[in-house]
Amino acid sequence: MSTIELKGYSGEAYKFLSEAKASIGDMVRIEKDGEVYEGGLMPRSESGDDQHIVIKLRSGYNIGVKITPTSKIERTGTGAKPTFTSTSQPTSRKGLERIDIISTGGTIASRVDYRTGAVQPALSATDLYSAVPELSELADITAHILYSEFSENIAPRHWVGMAEKISEVISAGTAGVVVCHGTDTMAYTSAALSFMLRDLPVPVVLVGSQRSSDRPSSDAATNLMGAVAVASKAPFAEVAVAMHGDFSDKAVTIHRGTKVRKCHTSGRYAFRSVNSLPLAKYDLQNASLEILDQNYVQRDRNRKLDLRTSLEERVFLIKFYPGMSDGPIDWAIDQGYCGIVIEGTGLGHVSKNLQASIAKAIQSGILVVMTSQCVWGRVNMSVYTTGRDLISLGVIPLEDMLPETALVKMMWVLGQTKDPEAAKKILLKNLAGEFSQRTVLND
Amino acid sequence: MDEEPPHRLNEEAIDIALTVALLIDAKPVDEIHVMRKIVIDGSNTTGFQRTCVIALGGYVGKGEKTQIQHISLEEDAARKTGESGQVTSYRIDRLGIPLIEMATAPSIHSPKEAEAVALEIGRLLRATRRVKRGLGTIRQDLNVSIRKGALIEIKGVQKLDLIAEIVESEVGRQLELLKMRDELIARGLKDDSFEQEFHKVSEIFAKTNSKLIASTLKRGGLVLAVLLPGFGGLLGRELQKGSRLGTEMSQRATYWGGVGGIFHTDELPNYGITQAEVEELRTCLNASQEDAVVFVTDSEEKAREALRAVVERAKECLRGVPEETRAANEDGTSRYLRPRPGAARMYPETDVPPVPVTESRLSNLRMNLPPMPEALVGQLTQEYQINSKLAEQLADSDHLPLFEEIGKKTKIAPSFLATTLTETIKSLSREGVPVENLDDKKINEVFDAVDSGLTVKEAVPDLLKYLAEKPVFNVKEAVEKLGLGMISDEELRSRISDLIDKNMALLKQQREAATGKFMNLIMGQVRGKVEAKKVSIILKEEILKRLERP
Repeated sequence: MSTIELKGYSGEAYKFLSEAKASIGDMVRIEKDGEVYEGGLMPRSESGDDQHIVIKLRSGYNIGVKITPTSKIERTGTGAKPTFTSTSQPTSRKGLERIDIISTGGTIASRVDYRTGAVQPALSATDLYSAVPELSELADITAHILYSEFSENIAPRHWVGMAEKISEVISAGTAGVVVCHGTDTMAYTSAALSFMLRDLPVPVVLVGSQRSSDRPSSDAATNLMGAVAVASKAPFAEVAVAMHGDFSDKAVTIHRGTKVRKCHTSGRYAFRSVNSLPLAKYDLQNASLEILDQNYVQRDRNRKLDLRTSLEERVFLIKFYPGMSDGPIDWAIDQGYCGIVIEGTGLGHVSKNLQASIAKAIQSGILVVMTSQCVWGRVNMSVYTTGRDLISLGVIPLEDMLPETALVKMMWVLGQTKDPEAAKKILLKNLAGEFSQRTVLND
Repeated sequence: MDEEPPHRLNEEAIDIALTVALLIDAKPVDEIHVMRKIVIDGSNTTGFQRTCVIALGGYVGKGEKTQIQHISLEEDAARKTGESGQVTSYRIDRLGIPLIEMATAPSIHSPKEAEAVALEIGRLLRATRRVKRGLGTIRQDLNVSIRKGALIEIKGVQKLDLIAEIVESEVGRQLELLKMRDELIARGLKDDSFEQEFHKVSEIFAKTNSKLIASTLKRGGLVLAVLLPGFGGLLGRELQKGSRLGTEMSQRATYWGGVGGIFHTDELPNYGITQAEVEELRTCLNASQEDAVVFVTDSEEKAREALRAVVERAKECLRGVPEETRAANEDGTSRYLRPRPGAARMYPETDVPPVPVTESRLSNLRMNLPPMPEALVGQLTQEYQINSKLAEQLADSDHLPLFEEIGKKTKIAPSFLATTLTETIKSLSREGVPVENLDDKKINEVFDAVDSGLTVKEAVPDLLKYLAEKPVFNVKEAVEKLGLGMISDEELRSRISDLIDKNMALLKQQREAATGKFMNLIMGQVRGKVEAKKVSIILKEEILKRLERP
């Protein structure tokens, strides 16, 4: 008996069920201590113990029945196995733009089996159409599965893989690219792609969902619709993140890839543009795109993409806290790190006792930059003595750049050049909207 | 809101549900699995209600035992507070509160029995002393089916004494629908007798006096009509008190089409629509007197949805009673709520891990089981020395925990306390006093006032009435406003002196035997302001003083 047929069961429960030749979906009758339980055999959660059998009663409720040495089980019928059937498969309308959807993981493009609750990825364009039929009205979709990773497992090498895949579909003539991504580290990826994909001809839109599609409040379908609409229609050619806008289901907000941050662990409105206005807003009711930041790079399909994927991964992000010792900085120097991003307090400060180590790092050729752990606002190291001291040591203030974006940019910059002076120049140059000239009120 | 994953199951709520299960001899499940039950009317912000079976089987009742199918623990839904057009408002303060659901087996045979079982379940839940009290905290959903009828679920019955009435009204409705089915079949109606096309009849109403139609047409809407062959006279037929087949169609049209309602020829001319317009409509649709015409006025899309629902409801008349979920009305009738959901709307809540029910947990609960309702009565009579009738009333009352609380902390006589909490409050309610304003805190304060000597127990009914009607005041203010404050011993003595002096003739004539009469006279003046015992003592002293005088 294959493991799929008794998904999630192990040890004693597995033995008990396999002896009865029962598999998931079968109707079973369990007799135990004079009680009789009848229902359909359900899969068990991987983290469940091996003592209980899960059955679905006729009322629709699931219960767990503990097996004892005297328990008996009988397979009374073959039930329907969990299946995914597409209801109708709309095909794309003629004359729509080609959009490529690259899947890297996360729950955005998934479907649920309502009896078992199992969530499976939607693998093909057909799957996507049947999960979100509205897509067929928006674009002619080509789907690619690149990775199936939770976003916490996405590493710089995946950013490289994504950039290469995007370059490939752009060469093939796509009108826009959508990247499905887990939400946790989506902003790191969007920053990385913003730097790697120079001279983008078409938009690249990252999209995810904070709530999987098995729940009525899921933002998966609406976010995906927003992302596909932006990829096909938006006048800009930048790396962007398309995520649910607010408490209601009215709009998807389009954020610039270098200015966005996940600011809530679970809310659907988790993604916020920090220190800048969002690029645009996609109104779901009217299917219309409203541009909020007019200062964007125009879409131009004749522009030639300049793909630059070299990264230096020996870059360190450090968050200062009261009483922090200089140990971590010394360690980074010893380990041969090339760059350190500090998340300082307030306007960009760390305590005095770290100054010696910071000086040592800079003298040994490590780039040290300052961002703020406040998240909102700009560092300014001319206001207080501490800031001025750090500047004189050679710490580079990074204005209103997000710490995560600074980390990714430093990896990319040091991938382009190892010369500290040249690197510093690129670091301070506004390449993908990572700096804002002025601070806007948007919250 | 659904902006955060669910927390783990509330352990206390599981314990209470398991306690109820053990009290009725149900079999707790070995492992609790939380399910999501799809509910998309807006009352659950998540779009589903989380629910789990805690135990299976068991029974309630002493003589005639009623089987219980399962006991489950659910999240309560939000309360609807209003509806206007496309917007429905909910209060979410009740959302997510643990709710115990007990489902009885289909073994209740009469309306009265249904009421008795509900009472018994209420008693049982109260016996745990751990469930919330008050109107709406125990609600009944009734499943009613008759032979050849259909299973109808009626939700949200809040008052016990409405149960029998609702069941009777539903049985009447189903019988009437069955009669109607036979008539329609006799009239030769079949599923394909209905036309597929709806008619745009806006021109007929171009100069109408109906304000609703005129304003809809002005906004760019239309009037859409459908012929219901053979339905002449049936739409106006009453199925329940005040509710006709036309009403049921209208409820369906509102639910599916989002329209305000329907017009039908059985109720016209009316609402500004003239006989001439009706005649023209009939001519236009080629309708005879045996037929009915239904029409709606709204945007084309909504009007079409609405009429589709009307035709669907009409076709269901050929099969008798359609299965549906209905909502109870205050007057014992019910209205269409939504289609009946199947077991398919239930799927696992993967964000909440299953909870094993261990033997040690069960044995712990078994050792601490609260007394069953019958045992409780015995316990109350013994502990508080009150008669068994009063104890029974207390056991059924929402105020039992309050009785015990006040009984323990004050010196107030338990029988007086029990009478107040049961009979007095009930009779105030019958007089129309809004006793729901008397929360535990208010009642507590009243008895504290008596206990501390601020007022006397005779003043309690007046105080409760005053505080229920004017809940902004506190007890002290109420005592002052009602003039129920205690009078001092000096004042009492001077009033008694005055009274005797004015009636010296009586005293001289009857001597000590006049005490009773004097007592009545003085109590008429000071009742509620001083204890009778004290009046009696001072009165006797004053009488004696005067009789001893030469």
